[in-house]
Amino acid sequence: MKRNGRFWFRSILLALIAAAIGYTVYSSFFIKERTLVNSGDQAPDFVLTDVNGKEVRLSDYRGKGVFLNFWGTWCKPCEREMPYMERQFKVYKEQGVEILAVNVGESNIAVEDFRDKYRLTFSIPLDKNRDVTRAYGIGPIPTTLTIDKNGKVVEKTSRSLSNKDIVQMMEKIKP
Amino acid sequence: MEKTIICECGHHNPPGTLICQSCGKPFADAKENMEASMRYEGTARRSQTYNRTAVDKIWNFFSSVKVGIWIIVVILVAAAIGTIFPQEMYIPQNVDPASHYESEYGNLGKIYFLLGFHNLYGSWWFIVLLGMLALSIIVASIDRGVPLYKSLKRQKVIRHDQFLKHQRLFAQDVKGDLGTMKIALKEQNYKIREENGSLFAEKGRFSRWGPYVNHVGLVIFLAGAMLRFFPGMYVEEVLWLREGDTAAIPGTLSEDGQYYLKNEKFILEFYDKNDEQFKDALQNTSNPVPKNFQTNAVLYKSDSNGTIGAGEIKKVKEGKIQVNKPLKFDSFSLYQTDFKMDELNAMSFSLVEKESQKKVGAFEVDLINPKKKYDLGNGYSVNLGKYYPNYFLEDGEPKTKNNVPDNPAFVFEMISPESTKKEKAFVAIKNNIEMEGNRYKVEFAGIKTKNLTALTVRKDHTLPIVSLGGIIFMIGVVQGLYWNHRRIWIKEKEGGLWIAAHTNKNWFGIKKDLQKLSDKTGIVMPEDRTAAKTA
Repeated sequence: MKRNGRFWFRSILLALIAAAIGYTVYSSFFIKERTLVNSGDQAPDFVLTDVNGKEVRLSDYRGKGVFLNFWGTWCKPCEREMPYMERQFKVYKEQGVEILAVNVGESNIAVEDFRDKYRLTFSIPLDKNRDVTRAYGIGPIPTTLTIDKNGKVVEKTSRSLSNKDIVQMMEKIKP
Repeated sequence: MEKTIICECGHHNPPGTLICQSCGKPFADAKENMEASMRYEGTARRSQTYNRTAVDKIWNFFSSVKVGIWIIVVILVAAAIGTIFPQEMYIPQNVDPASHYESEYGNLGKIYFLLGFHNLYGSWWFIVLLGMLALSIIVASIDRGVPLYKSLKRQKVIRHDQFLKHQRLFAQDVKGDLGTMKIALKEQNYKIREENGSLFAEKGRFSRWGPYVNHVGLVIFLAGAMLRFFPGMYVEEVLWLREGDTAAIPGTLSEDGQYYLKNEKFILEFYDKNDEQFKDALQNTSNPVPKNFQTNAVLYKSDSNGTIGAGEIKKVKEGKIQVNKPLKFDSFSLYQTDFKMDELNAMSFSLVEKESQKKVGAFEVDLINPKKKYDLGNGYSVNLGKYYPNYFLEDGEPKTKNNVPDNPAFVFEMISPESTKKEKAFVAIKNNIEMEGNRYKVEFAGIKTKNLTALTVRKDHTLPIVSLGGIIFMIGVVQGLYWNHRRIWIKEKEGGLWIAAHTNKNWFGIKKDLQKLSDKTGIVMPEDRTAAKTA
């Protein structure tokens, strides 16, 4: 009887501590992700002014798919994917997908210049203070999030996207 | 498995017992090592007693003080290695840590990153080590504390002759009167029990619990540290802000709004070389010694309803943030962490007619958010055609490395009243390229700079728990260090009284107690056998 009690006491205590360590390790893997916006999350709403001076609010696009891209004029991989984005924007605009290409903290001149060079027609919101970039936990650029018609993040990637990638992503968020 | 030890007094002791729990008779070699055996009252450490199942084996492993010390050593070494390269939170925010450590520090950096040293406190194996330390503390304390508590609670007044004889302080066949000794010991705050003409005086038993209280504090402390990883308990972010800029404070967006911070001014002050008080000390260093790092900040809040950038912004308060003097709001604190002095912010230029060297106008370009057109009056104007904040040449083409204005370059278009043609000029630091046949040129006139501040945004709900752990830890230390557990046994024998005394530390103190007793009652001072041996 006494021996049994000892066994259970030790087992339960060891199990409790192991569980505490296990849970801490488990949540340590996600502590970073908690501060980021990830697929499956509701995309935080934001208001920014775009390069044409128009106010852009994410929640206004409810009911549409949103291709949310974070970029900079000086970033080569961003530059590479821009023409593809423009090409697919023309295709999917009619099918209810919008592109918001959020520029990370650059001047109007730099962005206008870039827009004109690639004849971009989608909206380019300017995140001058990087508030949105920070809130979304964007690390390296380019980072693209696709958001479905309910405002939920479908996919998040930091790759430089090919034409094919963009088509696939657009297809998934088409309402 | 060993059998229980049955003492001549009839008591059944668990295997491994060194001193009979009932009468105090020392077994086996406990006689020779009386002082060491007394540490845990000669009780069997349970871990060494039962070793049957896997659970017992794990338990026994963590019960070992040796194992505990090794865990501490490994933690210390890991923490030391973690300081070799900067931690993840101190590397630039816009780079990929995986490639950053390799490109900055080579293969060692890559290994450092792969093993998780770049985020030491968050790496799984470090958390496991801390957990093992907690486990070791708990198991070792239970294994030693419980039997110690039991045997101190059960101790009897009359102890075995051998027990008394082998104590460090011992006197045999003393002539004296138990009644007066009792009064004398009471005066010294001893608690006294009597039985059949024998006497047992004890004080400061609670000091024996010091190490265990201390360990409870340590475990609470470690639990607090682990809670940092639980959702909502802990936030730590870094915010860089240029003077004059306002930005959302990361981690503070909630349903009832978003906090913003404006950096009014960043101040860096140095000690005056001629300061009366510090003159001598300052002579030993050639570099100026900083005295103050300060951000004058204004805190705002918006009623954004969870929308970033929306809602009306209202001022909450303003304040100075200095090192160790954070700005506090709700459960957040903003700490001064870093700074960048004199970042280029604006450049001024003059438009000059080349032939006459006459200045026809001046203008200033904001390097963060430049305007497109600059009207200089009298029909002169300049357009900013292209702007490269951090200019470099790639295949003969101007490019920018990033959006930080460290090396700005511009393409200006100059417009004069006498010509409809736009003249173009490329202007960079120490590098002006003009088109052939230009009548005008843009000349550099001056710069304006701004400072940047870096603030750490911190929310820490684990602090009360960690502090509680720390306080309990200290109570345990004090309890164990400043009080001693002193005991005096007096046993009536045919030839007179046998007196033995024991203390867990501070033998000088108990000898003083005995001296007082001897002065009051006239008994012989018990002999210190250790002192006699060495003498």
